[in-house]
Amino acid sequence: MSTAVVVFPGTNCERDVVHALTSLGGDAELVWHRETDLTDFDGVVLPGGFAHGDYLRTGAIARFSPVMAEVGHMAAQGLPVLGICNGFQVLCEAGLLPGALIANRDLAFICRFVDLEVVDNESILTRSAEVGQRIRIPLNSYEGNWVDPGKIGRIVLRYVDDPNGSQQGAAAVANDRGNVVGVMPHPERGVDELLGSVDGRILLEGFLHSLVPA
Amino acid sequence: MKVTVEITRRPEIADPQGTTIQRALHDLGHNEVMSVRVDRVIHLDVDGEDRALVQSRVEEMCRQVLANPVLEDFSVEITG
Repeated sequence: MSTAVVVFPGTNCERDVVHALTSLGGDAELVWHRETDLTDFDGVVLPGGFAHGDYLRTGAIARFSPVMAEVGHMAAQGLPVLGICNGFQVLCEAGLLPGALIANRDLAFICRFVDLEVVDNESILTRSAEVGQRIRIPLNSYEGNWVDPGKIGRIVLRYVDDPNGSQQGAAAVANDRGNVVGVMPHPERGVDELLGSVDGRILLEGFLHSLVPA
Repeated sequence: MKVTVEITRRPEIADPQGTTIQRALHDLGHNEVMSVRVDRVIHLDVDGEDRALVQSRVEEMCRQVLANPVLEDFSVEITG
């Protein structure tokens, strides 16, 4: 069971994601954004970075990359699709998740550990965690302020102290089915004591447990 | 044909940049400023003779990519 980790021009967290998934016993492979066939994969991660330079809006150009049609198919099939940071922005732009991400409330690039609370554990990211459980992983973004004027988003992780103005403190949002999740902080940076946290493991383990053979 | 596209964030969506600029203007003594919104203007040069067609094509581009329908409205004006 293998996970495709998509690399857009400007993506910069792809190796961290592969390292984190493989250190947890998973199998992950980098896939260039021009790939049009992901049938060998059982799940996909869109990692953080600055896809296509974040030009126009974050994720606005990336959503038209050739690989995104396959990502959309996988989402429709119920396979696990996870967007981290910039990947979350891409999934919103692609319409696979509700809402959009705008600049942080205080216009500051926030790069620090944040405390999160699990508010819904019926998603591919949170299924191994308990509702109410606290998770501490790094946030690293400028446009992490999630807004959803339709108020239809399903929030699965919430900031304990909303650092960026995100609506209802949302740190991670799922689609109705729970198989597509966007998370703004970085679980892949919380998988080793050396990095200051291992709390990201339970989230990525949830993702790996959601993989079923294609 | 020169086309000017204006992308505006809907009033109900926060504009942190506008809010910060307003605060800076107030700090500089311009207390009469009641609101600041920062929007985006895109200038296109489009090959075409038929104004109505160019207008509708650019509106299509706005719906497809130039504006985010979750947050933004747009206007398209042929300017030359």
